[in-house]
Amino acid sequence: MESEDDFNSARSTDDEMMDDVESGYSDDDFDDLEIGEEEGFDAHDKITATQKQSYEVEFKVWTPKDIDEAQLRLINEVKDVLGQSPEATAILLRYSRWNREKLIEQYMDNQAAVLEGAGLGESNSTEARVQTLTGFTCDICCDDTSPMTTFAIKCGHRFCIDCYKTYVNAKVTDEAEAARIKCPADQCNRIVDNKSMELLVPDNLTDRYHELLVRTYVDDLENLKWCPAPNCEFAIQCKVKAKELKKVVPTVHCDCGHDFCFGCAYNDHLPAPCDLVKKWVKKCEDDSETANWISANTKECPKCASTIEKNGGCNHMTCRKCKHEFCWMCMGVWSEHGTSWYNCNRFEEKSGTEARDAQAKSRQSLERYLHYYNRYANHEQSAKLDKDIYVKTEKKMTQLQNHAQLSWIEVQFLDSASKALQRCRQTLKWTYAFAFYLERNNLTEIFEDNQKDLEMAVENLSELFEKPTDQLEKMKVEMMDKTAYCNKRRIILLNDTADNLRKSRHAFWSNDLGA
Amino acid sequence: MAAPNKRVLKEFSDCSTNPPPGCKVSLVDEANFKEWNVLIDGPANSPYAGGRFKVNFVLPDDYPFKPPVVTFKTKIYHCNVTNDATGSVCIAMLKPDAWKPASMCKQVIEAIRGLLIVPNVDDPLELEIATQYKENRVEFDKKAKEWTKKYRA
Repeated sequence: MESEDDFNSARSTDDEMMDDVESGYSDDDFDDLEIGEEEGFDAHDKITATQKQSYEVEFKVWTPKDIDEAQLRLINEVKDVLGQSPEATAILLRYSRWNREKLIEQYMDNQAAVLEGAGLGESNSTEARVQTLTGFTCDICCDDTSPMTTFAIKCGHRFCIDCYKTYVNAKVTDEAEAARIKCPADQCNRIVDNKSMELLVPDNLTDRYHELLVRTYVDDLENLKWCPAPNCEFAIQCKVKAKELKKVVPTVHCDCGHDFCFGCAYNDHLPAPCDLVKKWVKKCEDDSETANWISANTKECPKCASTIEKNGGCNHMTCRKCKHEFCWMCMGVWSEHGTSWYNCNRFEEKSGTEARDAQAKSRQSLERYLHYYNRYANHEQSAKLDKDIYVKTEKKMTQLQNHAQLSWIEVQFLDSASKALQRCRQTLKWTYAFAFYLERNNLTEIFEDNQKDLEMAVENLSELFEKPTDQLEKMKVEMMDKTAYCNKRRIILLNDTADNLRKSRHAFWSNDLGA
Repeated sequence: MAAPNKRVLKEFSDCSTNPPPGCKVSLVDEANFKEWNVLIDGPANSPYAGGRFKVNFVLPDDYPFKPPVVTFKTKIYHCNVTNDATGSVCIAMLKPDAWKPASMCKQVIEAIRGLLIVPNVDDPLELEIATQYKENRVEFDKKAKEWTKKYRA
């Protein structure tokens, strides 16, 4: 079962159990795909080289801790170059979107302008942040209790500490702002620095504040993106740039188990490139229902090609637009019909045949779309049943354990099969969107063959999967073979399309007509 | 929140006794200091001259940490005021990132007056009016004067 190693790398995180048991690798080999941070995976490098498929991209999963540390490291490096405090350096780095080179260059060029832009302009106050004053009136609440605890940052705009706190809390809670909160004074652009924020933010909000701070780091960097799965705290680092997306489909696997495209954050859409996916999804939203309806209920006028719905009455049609009279049944000219009003039996008549040919042509593009759409939708529907399938699998696994006295590990082949099915269907679904836009050339046939092979493999496995539980045990070997075959076919298809995309050997229709 | 009430009281007494030129500030309801009735006379050097505009200020519960909600109650032909039943106003200082707790209602009133003299055509709520202002000033002035007369508060 050598192929198992191949699809180790393509799995979603939940499904490693069987693979790991069978292949003998630990979780660590997943890390091989990541951009190594010299953290001692050297031993695996060789395996990586053989495992990496051409459709895969390099990426690294960042935990919240990683993100925190990376920020601190950068701040520490830059603060010495600039000769600023860590707080000011953090503000400056956020201002320059964490572009350290650009910041240093600009800072050396025009220090005053950079400081002003970042909200750190000329400090006209060296007073302590917190001061207890007598005879002070806060401009926010107009309170003049004496003595009063007051607060100010470097700009010297002083307010009572309660108002200051209320202000920053509202910013953090209501506006999810952390790194760019300005002094509460009207028109003052001075940014409340990190150290001041630590003093002002109450304990129950510090976590939220830090989370938001960390967020700006990920939001500001082009090669870092949040995993879009609900409640997932990881970020993914990937080198693929927006302009490369026509040639690469950067599917990444978050440690939370979610597979998504780094380019557009949409669910895994291999092998179709992002722009096709966007076009296709939009088209399907706009068109699929309409197209289905048009296909089912209308015909085009044989003369002017206006779309006509026959909503009742006899077969004698008169086109509203061009006044052409024809028979709805055979599409022939009505005048040739004679007296057979309600029963058209003149199918072979010449004018009718020609009209039907023309009709067929104009229908072609619609039918073509529906052909791809229906297959796409079919696989999508199956993918939506993922959850059911999974639950069913679990039940079958338990049944099988009780039934045939098998151990838990021995029934994992069902889980693997279920996961392979889901993953392959996801890929198959997108091959139809891909094919819809694919311009015909000598590579198209290879693509279609690959698609057909994968589809057949999936249907075969799917059929096996539906068998009653008592037969499953006997089919274990067959099922494992078919699972491996499915995964292998998927990899072949994906590698092939990825290679062709990279070398721009595929051409795509710019319109929806397929012509 | 007892403290900001002091602020609201202070701001109201300041605005009502010492309002910006051509303005009058009163309460909609004597018992409620958080809803103001602001009457603004059309500035002399504008097509709104001779008109009077009723503007409603609602101070939210978390005022001054959140900006007042300002709406025109008198219809006005102006690109920064929506031409609908709400009469929403677009003023830079009322936007969440520009409003500061130390900003004052008086400044908002002054800003509105400023808008009557020079509209902000780059950030319009009514695009057509902004375009007309830029391209056909004569027609704009005519229409603005017409509305000013017709809807005077």
